[in-house]
Amino acid sequence: MESFEKVFLAASAIVLVVFLCALGYSTAGMSIHLPSEAGEIYCTPAQKLRKVLRKTPPFDNPGVREVAPGKYEAVVIGQTWAFTPDEIDLPAGSDVTFIATSADVVHGFLIPGTRVNMMLIPGEISKFNYRFRKPGEYMLICHEYCGRLHHTMSSKVIVK
Amino acid sequence: MSTPIVSDPAEFLVPQNQLNVVRWNIYFGFAILAIGVIMGLDQALNYARINIFQYYPGIRSYYQGLTIHGVFNVLVLTTAFANGFIALTTARGLGRKLNDALLQAAFWTLLIGSLLAAYAMLIGKATVLYTFYPPLKADWTFYLGLALVVISTWITSANQLVVLRGWRKEHPGERIPLMAFMSIATYVMWDIASVGLAVEVVALLLPWSLGLLPGVDPMLSRTLFWFTGHPIVYFWLLPVYVSWYGMIPRQAGGVLFSDTLTRVAFILFILLVPVGFHHQFVDPGISEGLKFTVAFITFAIFFPSLMTAFAVMYALEIAGRRRGGTGLISWFFKIPWNDPSVAAQVLAMLAFLLGGISGLMNASYTMNMEIHNTAFVPGHFHLTIGTAVALSYMGIAYWLIPFLEQRELWSPRLARIQAFLYFGAVLIFSTGMTAGGLQGMPRRTDLSDATYNLPSWRIPGIVTAVGGSLMFVSMVLFFVVMVMTIFAGKKNRTLDIPFTETVQTPPAGGWQIQLDQLRYWVLASIVLVALVYGPFIYAHFPPNLSSPGLQYP
Repeated sequence: MESFEKVFLAASAIVLVVFLCALGYSTAGMSIHLPSEAGEIYCTPAQKLRKVLRKTPPFDNPGVREVAPGKYEAVVIGQTWAFTPDEIDLPAGSDVTFIATSADVVHGFLIPGTRVNMMLIPGEISKFNYRFRKPGEYMLICHEYCGRLHHTMSSKVIVK
Repeated sequence: MSTPIVSDPAEFLVPQNQLNVVRWNIYFGFAILAIGVIMGLDQALNYARINIFQYYPGIRSYYQGLTIHGVFNVLVLTTAFANGFIALTTARGLGRKLNDALLQAAFWTLLIGSLLAAYAMLIGKATVLYTFYPPLKADWTFYLGLALVVISTWITSANQLVVLRGWRKEHPGERIPLMAFMSIATYVMWDIASVGLAVEVVALLLPWSLGLLPGVDPMLSRTLFWFTGHPIVYFWLLPVYVSWYGMIPRQAGGVLFSDTLTRVAFILFILLVPVGFHHQFVDPGISEGLKFTVAFITFAIFFPSLMTAFAVMYALEIAGRRRGGTGLISWFFKIPWNDPSVAAQVLAMLAFLLGGISGLMNASYTMNMEIHNTAFVPGHFHLTIGTAVALSYMGIAYWLIPFLEQRELWSPRLARIQAFLYFGAVLIFSTGMTAGGLQGMPRRTDLSDATYNLPSWRIPGIVTAVGGSLMFVSMVLFFVVMVMTIFAGKKNRTLDIPFTETVQTPPAGGWQIQLDQLRYWVLASIVLVALVYGPFIYAHFPPNLSSPGLQYP
């Protein structure tokens, strides 16, 4: 191998390693975490997932609740083609954990302007923590195709 | 001096009946692409909230058109092109004819499979998009069609291996010629990568759609899909790399520098198959540790593409300097830009640079939360598959169709305009998509009918529509040039495939001979697949078939 080949290959490797270190730092140093394992919902083909959810906490009671001072939990169910609840109210600066799942097909859970971005998969619980600093009205939209009226599936988050 | 990268550079001619099958594959792929780009125009305009699918005959929804756009452009076109083009480079690379029965079988399997899937999509019974995530359910003809498309690639791979075995018997101890090595490595990689999709479709979705299984496991199915769904992009890209390494240096008037570096790049693609989880960064049910591991492997897969950037650009520099170019940069303007085949493919490389950068952003998983499933993603992959690959296909077609027809290219000038127009158009298009995606504009959503909107999506949407319309115009020019070449090109019986030569010969001994032992690399790849996917598959076995499914809800 010629020396200029080696130099180029080494430089390429270094660039990638530096990027990877930055990624590691964003997770470990800045605590930016991805949605990951947050539990499953068991259901057999004979049962209807929608009915099982009605008996499975916390999805038996969708909505917002304060779990500690300034800390909130928002439980959301996605189904064709709506989110339950259809509005989420939060005080500005509050720390909220979204706990969500799907009652039928795969849905998306995106709040544009934030990094709240999850997939809702039937049988899986999705969890994500976020702090809304700025008051305002945010859209919550489904960003995974879920049938002919997918583009009508939205809800809103109102931060006062 | 320099050495050819084919076994028999001058004398061997691929039999005419085999060239005919190659030609059917390529024409079928481009015919399918024509339908795909008509659907694409509607997708682009939709971002500007202009709805034209209602005027398309037989198309009932945006999503039906989008399904056809995705399946036709990236499954059928790519498979047809690879099956044809790579069969040709294998035969010519080894200087041996292919197995006739397997060559025919691959074509007919692909044709029947594609028509079955097309039927399901056109009657509106498979509006499930290119990813067909269950529990969305399509007609069984759709799944069977996709399975046949995949099987056609396995038949092509078997054909290559049969020819290679014959070649090895007659050439004991010789290095596999580089052209053949690249061609075979492409399909060997794909043989491993396609297993996920094959298992998903044949073992789970097809029986489910026929009523033989009570339900599906949505989590397991999408994981199997993405097992194939990322390395499938190597399957789109590597036939283009065969051209970039093996033909472009010659077409530009240069040579390829290193045989060994080229082989190592292809082997890295075989090794680094298990990266699909990076499409599932924001999925529940997958640990963050696994996501970080896959991010690492995804970064590693950039390495062979950086090697390619180096090797191909160096070959172009040799060409530019031979043609009188000097200085640090100015040689770049001396390469034969007036050859539409070279122009299209070098522009494709430039787009790939930008596509690679946005790909690294996607792969950086904390960034991924900003842009997952937004328009940023199609903004990225229209630079990679949509330009690096598609514009290279067009560049290759600018010599391949004249070669297959033994007619000269009709209006190289128009072909050149087509390539530059496409490049400019896709830059505009991807700028719109990328900007919209950063503002949370969703992808794969019928925005012209959406009940929500954001003011910040307006201008990116318009830019996307303008760029997409120009891409469409460029595609029309491409088809005009193709049709006119086939019917009105000047007869020329001397046209041949442009094979590059290398400066550094493949060494006949030393560690490099291990590079040709593909079975070792396959084994290493399978071990890595088992390490990354093993624990997940084990935890999801047997599948929990709990979702009964919804047919076009």
